[in-house]
Amino acid sequence: MKGRIFSVVGSMLLLTVCSKGNQSSAAPAASPTAAPTAAPTNEPPPAAPAAGSTAGGTITGHVKFTGTAPKNPTIDMSEEAACKAKYPNPPQEENVVSGPANSLANVFVYVKSGVPAGQKFTAPTTPVTINQEGCRYHPHVFGIMVGQPFEIDNSDPVLHNIKAIAKANRPFNVSQPSAGMKTTRPPFTAPEVMVNLECNVHGWMHAYLGVRPDPFYAVSKQDGSFTISGLPPGTYTIEAWHEKLGTQTATVTIAGTESKTANFTFAAH
Amino acid sequence: MTARRPDGLTAGRIVLVLSVLLAVRPCGRPAAAQDTTAGKVVYQKWCAGCHGDNGAGDGQGARHMIPPPRDFTGAIYQIRSTPSGQLPTDADLMRSIDEGLGGTAMPGWKNRLSDRQRRDVLAYIKTFSTFFADTTQRPQPITFSSAPSGTDVKVGRQFYDSIGCRKCHGDQGRGDGPSAPTLKDDAGHPMFAANLHENWRFNGGGTVEDIYHRLRTGLDGTPMPSFSDLLEQKFLTDEQLWRVAQYVRSLSPKDAPVVRDVIHAPLTKALPHAPDDSAWTGVDTYWFPLVGQIIRKERWFAPAVSGVWVKAVHTADSIAIRVAWDDRSQSPDTAWLAHLGRVFNTLSDDSTREQPALWPDQLAVQFPVSIPTGMERPYFLMGSPSAPVYQWRWSSTARTSATAGLARGIDRFDPITGSGAGIPTQAVYDHGEWRVVFTRALASPDTANQLPLRTGRAIPVAFFAWDGSNGEHGTRMAVSTWYFLALDEPVPARVFISPVLAMVLTLGLGMLVVWRAQQKTSYRRQQ
Repeated sequence: MKGRIFSVVGSMLLLTVCSKGNQSSAAPAASPTAAPTAAPTNEPPPAAPAAGSTAGGTITGHVKFTGTAPKNPTIDMSEEAACKAKYPNPPQEENVVSGPANSLANVFVYVKSGVPAGQKFTAPTTPVTINQEGCRYHPHVFGIMVGQPFEIDNSDPVLHNIKAIAKANRPFNVSQPSAGMKTTRPPFTAPEVMVNLECNVHGWMHAYLGVRPDPFYAVSKQDGSFTISGLPPGTYTIEAWHEKLGTQTATVTIAGTESKTANFTFAAH
Repeated sequence: MTARRPDGLTAGRIVLVLSVLLAVRPCGRPAAAQDTTAGKVVYQKWCAGCHGDNGAGDGQGARHMIPPPRDFTGAIYQIRSTPSGQLPTDADLMRSIDEGLGGTAMPGWKNRLSDRQRRDVLAYIKTFSTFFADTTQRPQPITFSSAPSGTDVKVGRQFYDSIGCRKCHGDQGRGDGPSAPTLKDDAGHPMFAANLHENWRFNGGGTVEDIYHRLRTGLDGTPMPSFSDLLEQKFLTDEQLWRVAQYVRSLSPKDAPVVRDVIHAPLTKALPHAPDDSAWTGVDTYWFPLVGQIIRKERWFAPAVSGVWVKAVHTADSIAIRVAWDDRSQSPDTAWLAHLGRVFNTLSDDSTREQPALWPDQLAVQFPVSIPTGMERPYFLMGSPSAPVYQWRWSSTARTSATAGLARGIDRFDPITGSGAGIPTQAVYDHGEWRVVFTRALASPDTANQLPLRTGRAIPVAFFAWDGSNGEHGTRMAVSTWYFLALDEPVPARVFISPVLAMVLTLGLGMLVVWRAQQKTSYRRQQ
């Protein structure tokens, strides 16, 4: 019987909620009252140092490849005179960018696991910027934190569309037909390795964006080197991601402010 | 009423009554009244065949569709009122359910499902993605401006060029721009830039408002981006974007074409052999829709040619038939090979897997071998071994002459040898449109196999089209059914003279009778 009474009360409550919804729907739905969990601001401040801090442990390393690197296709820019004019020789795609001694650039290296799940990191307010120049993306591979502003610039006097292909985040597709355009996108909301960026007007334009909840990521340079710093003590799985050559992982344990090494070697086909 | 507890009723009954009340009086927001359990039943019956049991766009029918059915798991929707990247509103989703998506296999469900069923299925579709349950992802529709007064297509064209529409949609808007062969969706399926001359096939509707809204929101999941940033950053005014929409609208006919069954070929003095001869200007145009050939293997579910525009004229001894059709590629063209690979991969149906190759564009005009005396005509799909049809087959690799022959079924074509083997043609490919003129003498050198074309008869005619760059050859083609061609007869002078003569004669006779009668009367009076 008690249960029945509760169900009556429950139903009444439901009805009340509904009729309220009915009223508010007449007015423009502007007030974000239905988002009580949107801002969990009452969390303790992050225990770990902020991005870029020198405190904590450091992981450095080199990325290499074995075998013969596939040849990057030459880009035919004949449709875009303004872009073509920027290159003395026909440019190539950046599928596999390598340096001396088989070093491999454009590898996204990040802490895949090991950072305590509850630990929150504040995203920098300075935006991460991608620029379109010479009908190519600069940078080609890069990282951004969840919540960090993302800016897209166009330095070319031609139409580019920037299409983000994402699963954990909302994909989007915006156009920039004029030089000088700067678009700031709403920040990414969830970690994702990688979000693919592409231009459908110029089929060769691809960029890859690693979205991380923490600042522990880096992109290998031309000489294959990378540095991830500011890591609190712990055991971490580090993943190295390459757009054509796949992924590699390593396990690194950090105690105190030491510096550890993690090298990665990819097999080129 | 609900605050007082009536004593005579048990609590259980009250729950029942309240439930009924809740069900009958829906809350203002559709979401509160939606029933995902009922929605699932509707979904599984009507939607899962294409969209898949788990909403991943992988149902049985998906293998035959370009564009493929929506994958609901990503919550990426083309037709929205929200900025690019945002979820659609319920009203946006309901619009697509109600009206369907033009130019795709998605029909409108407004008249097939009840309001309740459509609301429920909408709610169920949203459960395939976690984004809809995420309160931080609430869609915020754009407040669209209303259209500016007047129309300025010239300004629209100027900005169509400057903001790069032609890159994909082409200089004349037929979806043949330089980037068109490279377009694909997130899953790698081939995508086509819309042919802007066919607004009745636009995914989100063909009005100026629809076009403006798509320019603002983009079509998420496709290569079509949002142009809203241009307005926000003042690179373009809102009015200029409206002019672009007006220009795009102006490329399509005022009304969607309507099929008229009989092509009237008027009599002219000189035959226009060239497709762009000014003599064609005043001649009536007839539109015939084409559909994929899905009767005989290999079936073809993704025809590129959606219809033909036909004009015909004749002189005392010859006929010219002008067939124009939109084709985004001038085949064979290596630029479309990779695209064709994507088409074949997407349409992984029961047909044998084929390697992309360089096929030409083709068009066939079909007649019976003789005018049928009764209602029976040869089988429209290229006749049969016992009842062949007479065809003119034109190919983009031999533009100046079509091959005449007899088709004895879809896979057998016997070219005519000797007299009447070649049908002279003149062809123009112009920014995504083929225009081909076929000419022939009305009389036939072989009346048994090559139909003599006579005035005053309804001559059955049908059309077939192949877009080589879309993988079309052999039985993979677009087909029409039988229509008619009528060679209008010159109206003989007696048609105009006879009625006048008859009237004069009748009047004369009448007057004679009256005169005679009066004569008699006056004679009697005199007596």
